[in-house]
Amino acid sequence: MSLALSTRCSLLLFLLTAVGINCLYADTLAPTDHQMPVIQILASRYRFEPAKIVVKKGQAVILEIQSSDRLHGFAIPGLGLRSDARPGQMTRVAIKPEKTGTLTYFCDVFCGSGHEQMSGEIVVE
Amino acid sequence: MSQVDRRQFLKLAGIGGVAFASGLGFDAYAANKHNAKTVAALDFYFVQLSDTHWGFNGAAVNPEATNTLTKAITAVNNLEQQPDFVIFTGDLTHSTDDPNERRRRMAEFKAISETLKVKNVKFLPGEHDAALDKGEAYQEFFGSLHYSFDHKGIHFIVLDNVSNPELNLGEAQLNWLKADLQHHKRHAPIVIFTHRPLFDLYQQWDWFTRDGQAAIDLLMPFKNVAVFYGHIHQVHQHETGHIQHYAAQSLIFPLPAPGSVPKRAPIPWNAAMPYQGLGYKNVEAYPKSKRYEIEDIPLVSGEAL
Repeated sequence: MSLALSTRCSLLLFLLTAVGINCLYADTLAPTDHQMPVIQILASRYRFEPAKIVVKKGQAVILEIQSSDRLHGFAIPGLGLRSDARPGQMTRVAIKPEKTGTLTYFCDVFCGSGHEQMSGEIVVE
Repeated sequence: MSQVDRRQFLKLAGIGGVAFASGLGFDAYAANKHNAKTVAALDFYFVQLSDTHWGFNGAAVNPEATNTLTKAITAVNNLEQQPDFVIFTGDLTHSTDDPNERRRRMAEFKAISETLKVKNVKFLPGEHDAALDKGEAYQEFFGSLHYSFDHKGIHFIVLDNVSNPELNLGEAQLNWLKADLQHHKRHAPIVIFTHRPLFDLYQQWDWFTRDGQAAIDLLMPFKNVAVFYGHIHQVHQHETGHIQHYAAQSLIFPLPAPGSVPKRAPIPWNAAMPYQGLGYKNVEAYPKSKRYEIEDIPLVSGEAL
């Protein structure tokens, strides 16, 4: 295993473990990120793109989050998960929803007059 | 001020359709005869105005945005018995990226607030006032972001949970709170004013304070604590242990009950019932009889809450 891949897996293991500790919907995942679908989420005033994500129950996915303008937050309270979304910096988090339903994600760093409307949803089928 | 009889108070306020929240006991504090000489246990009341969002522009949710604040101030000024003080619990102004426009809105808001008859007026910031510049402009116009004061035997603490990007209290302020509380006995009546709920009301809508529990933990040893806040634009009451938390209505637009609808969007203006869902809070403190009485006053008299 190359040093880069090793470092990548260690980082992912840390993230997955963190998710597993607090998460109501997700399990701790094995570090096989190369097999997981990746969904990119771009935060900007005052929206997320995409604002709706559809995943299958039990499906592990990687969310790659970054901002196009300023510091935003990315929080999924239903999973006990949050991170910053920064310009020029990719944040990767893994989720594995184990229940069907809808999870809300929103910006939890005040970003201006439309901040309260900056949210999206993960539909778990 | 002599004790304001409840019936008389309602008469003085000239209001109908008032909703009553449960009272809060003052327990041993007022009953302690040793405190009788050192504590001016006089009955009084104060008014809480919240979330005025001066500068907001959105005809669909409030076509009278430029008149709503003055209407509320007129209502307070018309109270025959004036409150001991008025407090604005955050989001005095609506957020703007332009620092000059932010200051213009704050100057206008401050000038309007100065038309209150009562001159003891307190302020605290909301995220719309202070989050984008870490409270720089706010402090120029309204002073400290957090502070405490005493009034007729009650210790009031104003907490800032909005002026840093994480929208929390922060370690430094929590240390300040801890030090402030050390000067008070466990039975002392304490009132907290803040903008966001300290407890986890509804995280999906960002209705919480990340480190609010740390503040609640510091307050838990104190037997008589009440928290008055804004942010959620509606009346709400919650208990964390023996600590009571009361939210006030907004003076710009109402928001739906937590989790009642998918989106946290303002409730549209109802032309058939202008100002519906807007109002303010009157809080009567009765130290001698060990209770508060709280009235949520609709901006339009007679409206059902």
